[in-house]
Amino acid sequence: MIRFIAKRLGSGLVVLFVVSALTFFLLYISSGSIARNILGDQATAEQVAMKEHELGLDQPLVLRYFAWLADALSGNLGASWFTSEPVANSLATRIPVTMTMVFAAMILIAFCAALIGVIAAVRRGWVDRVVQVGAIIGDSIPGFVIGVILVTVLAIQLGLFPATSTISPESGPDAWLYSMSLPVIALLVNGVTGGAQQIRSAVIKQLERDYVRTLRSRGIGEREILFKHVLRSAAPAGLTVLSLQLIGMLGGVVIIEQIFALPGMGPLAVAATGQSDLPVVMGVVMYTVVVVIVVNLLVDIINGWLNPKVRVS
Amino acid sequence: MSDSVETAAVAAPVPGAPFTGQTGTVVRSTVGQRLFKNPLGLVAMAILLAISLLAILAPVLAPFQENYSNIAKTLAAPDSVNILGTDSAGRDVWSRLLFGAQLTLLSALLCAGVAIAIGLPAGLIAGYYAGKFEAVSNWAVSILMSLPGLIVLLTIRAAFGPSVWMSMIAFGILISPSYFRLTRTAVQSVRNELYVDAARVSGLSDLSIIARHIFSVVRAPIIIQTAAIAGVAIAIQSGLEFLGLGDPTKATWGVMLSEGFKNVYLNPTLLFWPAFAMALTIGGLVLLGNAIRDALEDGEKIKHRKKAALSTTAAPAAARTVPAAGGKSVAAVDAGTEHHLLKVANLGVGYPQADGSVKKVVDDVSFHVDRGEILGIVGESGSGKSQTAFSILGLLPDNARIVAGSVQFDGNYTVAPGEERVDQARLSKLRGKRISYIPQEPMSNLDPAFTIGHQLVTPMVRVLGISKEEARKRALKLLADVGIVNPELTFGAYPHEVSGGMAQRVLIAGAISCEPDLVIADEPTTALDVTVQADVLDLLRELQQRLNIGVVLVTHNFGVVADLCDRVAVMQNGRLVEEGSVRDILRNPTEQYTRTLLASMLEGKTPMSMLVSSQKEPVA
Repeated sequence: MIRFIAKRLGSGLVVLFVVSALTFFLLYISSGSIARNILGDQATAEQVAMKEHELGLDQPLVLRYFAWLADALSGNLGASWFTSEPVANSLATRIPVTMTMVFAAMILIAFCAALIGVIAAVRRGWVDRVVQVGAIIGDSIPGFVIGVILVTVLAIQLGLFPATSTISPESGPDAWLYSMSLPVIALLVNGVTGGAQQIRSAVIKQLERDYVRTLRSRGIGEREILFKHVLRSAAPAGLTVLSLQLIGMLGGVVIIEQIFALPGMGPLAVAATGQSDLPVVMGVVMYTVVVVIVVNLLVDIINGWLNPKVRVS
Repeated sequence: MSDSVETAAVAAPVPGAPFTGQTGTVVRSTVGQRLFKNPLGLVAMAILLAISLLAILAPVLAPFQENYSNIAKTLAAPDSVNILGTDSAGRDVWSRLLFGAQLTLLSALLCAGVAIAIGLPAGLIAGYYAGKFEAVSNWAVSILMSLPGLIVLLTIRAAFGPSVWMSMIAFGILISPSYFRLTRTAVQSVRNELYVDAARVSGLSDLSIIARHIFSVVRAPIIIQTAAIAGVAIAIQSGLEFLGLGDPTKATWGVMLSEGFKNVYLNPTLLFWPAFAMALTIGGLVLLGNAIRDALEDGEKIKHRKKAALSTTAAPAAARTVPAAGGKSVAAVDAGTEHHLLKVANLGVGYPQADGSVKKVVDDVSFHVDRGEILGIVGESGSGKSQTAFSILGLLPDNARIVAGSVQFDGNYTVAPGEERVDQARLSKLRGKRISYIPQEPMSNLDPAFTIGHQLVTPMVRVLGISKEEARKRALKLLADVGIVNPELTFGAYPHEVSGGMAQRVLIAGAISCEPDLVIADEPTTALDVTVQADVLDLLRELQQRLNIGVVLVTHNFGVVADLCDRVAVMQNGRLVEEGSVRDILRNPTEQYTRTLLASMLEGKTPMSMLVSSQKEPVA
């Protein structure tokens, strides 16, 4: 098991390295005159050359990548070209906002999708039909459109929720929770509809396995079969579904934060992208990849623990 | 759809299907026809067709250019000139919606095109040749799959500036793994099929094999996948534009939505149209994908039905002589006059079909089993023998119905006359305790996540109410009883750590662990090696005699019957053809069907040889 974890951790680090290199080269090769962009059209050629030297842009690309990598490993991700704020600082203040929402939404999705999916699989009937139709509707409406609809109807027209969520935790947990509820709902709708349907299929697949029939023939009760055997075997598939949703949500949350004017990673990423503020873009990509790798590692470990073939060896 | 040709060939009506009319009532049609008959599929196609037409004709239909603005008329309500009103810059909403449709559909096509152009060939090569290429592409796939789409598109935007085409090419690359996986899996499953081998032996080049055999397999899944991917591409492209990171000179639904959102206090209907257009388009794609999938799955069901029908016609000469109704050779059991351990009377089992009819798989079957007796039920696949066994156990699939007859165990009804379903309340008290089950396929009948010991102990604790420690002692003794040399080792092992023969011994141990009166064994030796088969049969006989239990042994193998059974019932097409003592039936079969079965199996061969099953075909 320890070897298994070490192996997965190693491959995660390789992915981190490859993605950082690819992103770095992609960003710096293709963007035109960076210094010219920063200084504006009025800048003289000398000023541009000076700025390029200052930013290290006159160095060969490969050298610059390894310089960035060495800095990054010591926790220094460079500074924004426009605000001069260290990227690591910006990330540190914004990651908690984003991750709070993502985790709140994921926990709710995991709970609701699993509950609805399992009931639909076991009971079938109308719950099952609702899940099927819900999945089609959820697939048809992108998450950010749901966010826009929620704000328009619930916040602006009915006035039930605040339209923006810039309220910080210091202004009292009630107000904060209240202001966070709409963005979290906007994040989780697609996750619940899609997740419930996929978990339903995963559970049905397990319910149809031969050993379930044999367990019934041995006089084991339906409840015990479901909770001890079926859900356990369906868990890896369910976890994979949820981890893919979490990865997708790291993108979706960017738009949701923009809609609700939340001071998370979203506005930072959008502003940096619009200005081609490459150190910040690099920082955003690195944060995303690290979260993805950690999530995948956790899923691998749980699945490994559930699967005796991995656990024993 | 383009699959019509193959599917039509497969789904063509089977002349002379002997089933009592039920299979004949199934409407057979091609995937395309089924798609057109599915109302949701029709609606989806109509929506997509309408949106495509509007997009293509946008330059003709739109009254204004996409960026033409009338500053004097901003945020106007709909009127005769601007039928959907104008936005904050005085631009015509209807015209922008039409041009937006054009760009949206083109970008979705570009994305799917790029994804197919990369994923399909890569999947073909990886699936067909495997080796290093597959390893490398799997690795690349795992990286691509670990990146959230929107973050990648933000990076592409930062690098290349605002361009719909650039971002859709990038997203196409990012999403190409879904085609790669689909193609690779399909190719892998086809690669080793006999007809591909035959094509290879006959000297066809790899290229033409791929073109002829493999494309026909992956075509339909690719259409389904493309519908899904086009929907995702539209959503993500619109999201990017909503963030203000798209091309500002282009009218797109995402930009319109963002525009509407900025003016949400002034004119919320500006939000409605782009959101509606998006939901309609993506919804159309989702529904189309679902409809094609349903049409394909229906096709699969028809194929299976056809196979089942064919296998039941496998012995046409014999089939014609089957008596229309029960026939005098079927044992007549007078209800209530005898007290048997198990009595099945006139049992019928059926499955309701989509068209309202009920397809009978077991029809008017009667037999009985006494304590200490082994009854063999013999028949081909599809003869209804396993369905009969599962009715006794109450383990039929959820959609099965008891359409006639009754089942009595030890004098009490488990299926009373007139009941549609097996009474689970009554049977759950008997199952495991008095009636138990030995399955066919040993490996799939043990839960891979629990040790063998755990799977033996739990039923004893639940059914017999004994302590875990006592159950453990009994389990170890049972394992020794079924001939396992090192019970301790097997007790602690997981199913994947033991052989198939040993797993079957474990399942037999489980079946007798609570000292049942009746054991239902469903082809208990079919999945085992020949030498192991003989051992397992010996074990069954020895246990049955020692414990004096009744056994219903379901098999297709007369060798097993001759070896083990006291009496035998022969089934065909869901009916009982003949029933009697093994000696009588083997020496003197009265029914032609039994004779044909016997003639095909006992021609100077030793019972239980593997040739027995492969010898079945020449009869047909």
